[in-house]
Amino acid sequence: MARDAETGKDDPESQKHLLAFRHGDLDAFETLFRQHQRAVYGWILRMVRNPATAEELTVETFWRIYRAHARFEPAQGFEGWARRIATHAALDWMRTARTENELRAEMAPDPEAPAAGDAAVSAEIREKTALAFQRLTPKLRIAAVLAVVEEQPHRDVAEALGISVAAVKVRVFRALRLLRKDLERQGIRP
Amino acid sequence: MNAHEEERLKAMLREALPPVEGEPEAGRDLWAAVLKRLDEKPAMPPWFDWALLGGLVGLAAFFPSAIPVFLYYL
Repeated sequence: MARDAETGKDDPESQKHLLAFRHGDLDAFETLFRQHQRAVYGWILRMVRNPATAEELTVETFWRIYRAHARFEPAQGFEGWARRIATHAALDWMRTARTENELRAEMAPDPEAPAAGDAAVSAEIREKTALAFQRLTPKLRIAAVLAVVEEQPHRDVAEALGISVAAVKVRVFRALRLLRKDLERQGIRP
Repeated sequence: MNAHEEERLKAMLREALPPVEGEPEAGRDLWAAVLKRLDEKPAMPPWFDWALLGGLVGLAAFFPSAIPVFLYYL
């Protein structure tokens, strides 16, 4: 979507699509979907780290986007709004009960990977770190994975979560502190 | 937690969960799935809209004199 970097405004053609979408136009929605699906999918994948889940949540996100078309404000731009909805869809998914085995399958490093000596030790640390991270609350996990692992700007993370930049920093700090405690309980000292 | 520990934890986290590289793309076109989802789940008003409507109907039934006041504030 053509959005002027200086003024932050969309070009007239894009504005037309955004206004039509706001009125529920399905063709305009498809145009917006085609323009933004890759960015939305990438954002979700960074949070959930599983391609199949990211695809499922991208569909969920666009379904929520269409459902909320009347509340969309074209002046605020589509991308940030879509990212916020995607983040909440990912949070809702993370809040659903999941078993330890599922977490292991998704998060743990590849067991087929060669490991010997120091490599085996670091593989164990990686696995324990990943599992300790999974034990954090979804809100802390999302803030930490986006800000620390994916190194997304704090401003973007704050906007996506609907909180302030300071609150993002607090969540990241709390996530790291809890992670350290969990690892220390397992005998790993960072 | 000091700055060194914080940086070490961040590094451990990045090792345990490697960042997603580049601009990933879905393995299939998701538009058909979005359309299917829209057909399956027609847009419904959220539950609190129904609750609000129920409350208003209840208010009108038990306190009919409140109806003009409500209409005044519409």
